Amino acid sequence: MTRKQRRLYFVILGMLALGAATALVLTAVGDGMVYFYTPRDLRTRHISPDRRVRIGGLVKQGSVVRDGKTVHFVITDLTADLKTTYTGVLPDLFREGQGVVAEGKVDGNGVFQASEVLAKHDEKYMPKDVAEALKKSGHWQGETPQK
Amino acid sequence: MIPEIGHFALILALFVALAQAIIPLVGAARDDRPWMDVARSAAFAQLLLVGLAFGALVWVHVTSDFSVLNVAQNSHTDKPMLYKVTGVWGNHEGSMLLWVFILALYGAALALFGRNLPPALRARALAVQAMISVGFLVFILFTSNPFARLDPAPMNGNGLNPLLQDPGLAFHPPFLYLGYVGFSMAFSFAIAALIEGRVDAAWARWVRPWTLAAWSFLTLGIAMGSWWAYYTLGWGGWWYWDPTENASFMPWLAGTALLHSAVVVEKRGTLKAWTILLAIFAFSLSLLGTFIVRSGIVTSVHSFASDPTRGVFILGLLVLAVGGSLILFAVRAPSLKGGGLFAPISREGSLLLNNVLMSTACGTVLLGTLYPLFADVLNLGKVSVGAPFFNAVFIPLMIPLIATMALGPMLSWKRGDLGGVLGRLKLAFVAVLVAGCVTWLLAGGSAKPLQAAGGIALAAWLFIGTMVEWAERVRLFRAPLAEVWRRALHLPRAAYGMSLTHAGLAVVVVGITGSACWTSEKITMMHPGETVALAGYQMTLNGVEDGVKGPNYTAARAHFTARRDGRVIAEMYPEKRLYTMPPRPTTDAAIHTNFISDLYAVIGDPDGKGGYVVRLYHNTLVPWIFLGAVIMVLGGVVSLTDRRHRVGAPARKAKSIATV
Repeated sequence: MTRKQRRLYFVILGMLALGAATALVLTAVGDGMVYFYTPRDLRTRHISPDRRVRIGGLVKQGSVVRDGKTVHFVITDLTADLKTTYTGVLPDLFREGQGVVAEGKVDGNGVFQASEVLAKHDEKYMPKDVAEALKKSGHWQGETPQK
Repeated sequence: MIPEIGHFALILALFVALAQAIIPLVGAARDDRPWMDVARSAAFAQLLLVGLAFGALVWVHVTSDFSVLNVAQNSHTDKPMLYKVTGVWGNHEGSMLLWVFILALYGAALALFGRNLPPALRARALAVQAMISVGFLVFILFTSNPFARLDPAPMNGNGLNPLLQDPGLAFHPPFLYLGYVGFSMAFSFAIAALIEGRVDAAWARWVRPWTLAAWSFLTLGIAMGSWWAYYTLGWGGWWYWDPTENASFMPWLAGTALLHSAVVVEKRGTLKAWTILLAIFAFSLSLLGTFIVRSGIVTSVHSFASDPTRGVFILGLLVLAVGGSLILFAVRAPSLKGGGLFAPISREGSLLLNNVLMSTACGTVLLGTLYPLFADVLNLGKVSVGAPFFNAVFIPLMIPLIATMALGPMLSWKRGDLGGVLGRLKLAFVAVLVAGCVTWLLAGGSAKPLQAAGGIALAAWLFIGTMVEWAERVRLFRAPLAEVWRRALHLPRAAYGMSLTHAGLAVVVVGITGSACWTSEKITMMHPGETVALAGYQMTLNGVEDGVKGPNYTAARAHFTARRDGRVIAEMYPEKRLYTMPPRPTTDAAIHTNFISDLYAVIGDPDGKGGYVVRLYHNTLVPWIFLGAVIMVLGGVVSLTDRRHRVGAPARKAKSIATV
């Protein structure tokens, strides 16, 4: 085997790996990528019920209703509200008036069926996406509104 | 007084590092021995000074000196002593100081153990180390001074994020950093070799132990982080493909590739430029990892409210390090002539395949991790790239990799005989069939029998293949026992290290497959006295006791009894804790393990009518993931004790010295 052949072999191997990776990435992009919206975005944008999305905002004061292991609450960016339903154990930092990011699908009735609720790990911390969403809607009050 | 001494020591360390970065380089260029030897003394001086600064920070944390801002923000008098110490690196400033301290440790270790290195190579490597040190010391002194004072001093501190008050996470950062920073050694050697324009077998032999040590630490660090996430976050999972996890995983992938390509450089004198490139990438990804975690550009556990100048600063460092080293690489790489030729089917070929797949996998993880950033900057909308993406891309790349792992070590160098090797692996084929079929039958009830059978069969292939390779080396069943024993004793430790690590990965694969295919989960509302069935167990909630006092928290503690066929298996006490300072709740899952599967209980919120939301998991084979990781680390350690890996032991061949 000559040097040239070996180089060719390297290149072919590299191309194969790259091609395989590209193919895998392209097939995975569909379900692996989840877009982030605020309740306000949903007013102007229709989301098909089979599309997973993330919604960020604040948990509206007084909106949390527990019904057994299912919780109903409203995610708000203070200009628009979104009814949300979630079944399971809520994260420790889930509280009314606090930032929240939920992942799930919007059903036919416009209710957000969350399959995952994320409240951030740090109390001082407002999820970045939520902070920006609030800034966008003009309701930003600084890093620690509750403390 | 103590904080000022620490601060002053850091400033001195910066000047020492500056001297160490310049003088030895000039000395090496002029072949001036005394100038080169400055590197050694400077490296020791740096360790002393940075050690002094680190000690000072530990001191103010242990004594709760709240006149220091860093202590006031992150500590509290009620905090247990263990967390006062580990709280030193539980914050941004302290963790960066730990970073530099570990860098100084490695530098001093190189100066101490590298006596047999050619003086010029040692001087240059230490100078490159010092450049990294300068970058980070400037960063600490100008943007993240841990010794800043607070006047007036508060009566007490804000306390440490309770999630970090945990033994698993307390020691996770030091090990992770020992890994990250350890790759700086490979990087420094790579840059030194590029300056010299020469990479040879001896060079690879010097780089391997450092890379191996870094790799072992990093593996342990990642495993600890994963274990912590598993038992404290209460989600029952052990890996989330979170950006911060990926940040530590990418250097691991690049480092693993480097470890393997360095073998080829050492044994066959080829793949030189590629190995240098990998060394640069492994460390660059470590820097990127630090950037991702420290700059707060992604949201996760680690991103404390952060200061944008810091992110920009680390980004600048990153650009300088990566850009500078890649330019040097572009100039010098063409002069690194590859040596031995080899056929595609050969040991080198299989190691190359490992490298290609590892790098590709690393690239896809990088893409997935950084894509949300790019999308945000380019106004393509806000996206998050989640586990489905990574699983769909990463796992298919790992399957051929693991399949080759059993074959590779059995192929001979230069030109291997694939047919012959496959013939010698008959036992492994049998194992694959048996494992696959048995799993298929056992998994019949579950939803994913195909995945389960595939995963277990792959693990069986790797495990038996690795064992066969070892058995052949010692001629097990082929030679008299005395001969086998003699061979087993004389087999190099590095060989045992490889076998252990590969076998450890097989165990990890079993664990991952088990956790992906057999986990049962139950989320339900329970009242005291109720029993729920889960994967053949009966879980009874006996009651929930409120107001249980801990050192710095109060907890609601639930009491579960797990029974199987009426026999009591375990009493479990998951807690929901509310820390006093800072006042925030955490979940403390209760885990009962029999080393094959875990019962995992989490208590949630009360419904106000005496019921509680509970989350119960039966996680099959998850303990094997951590067990396998520990075996892999053990393999790394065993390999490190190999005589051939002893740092600085080998000298360059007379011929190459003549060409200096």
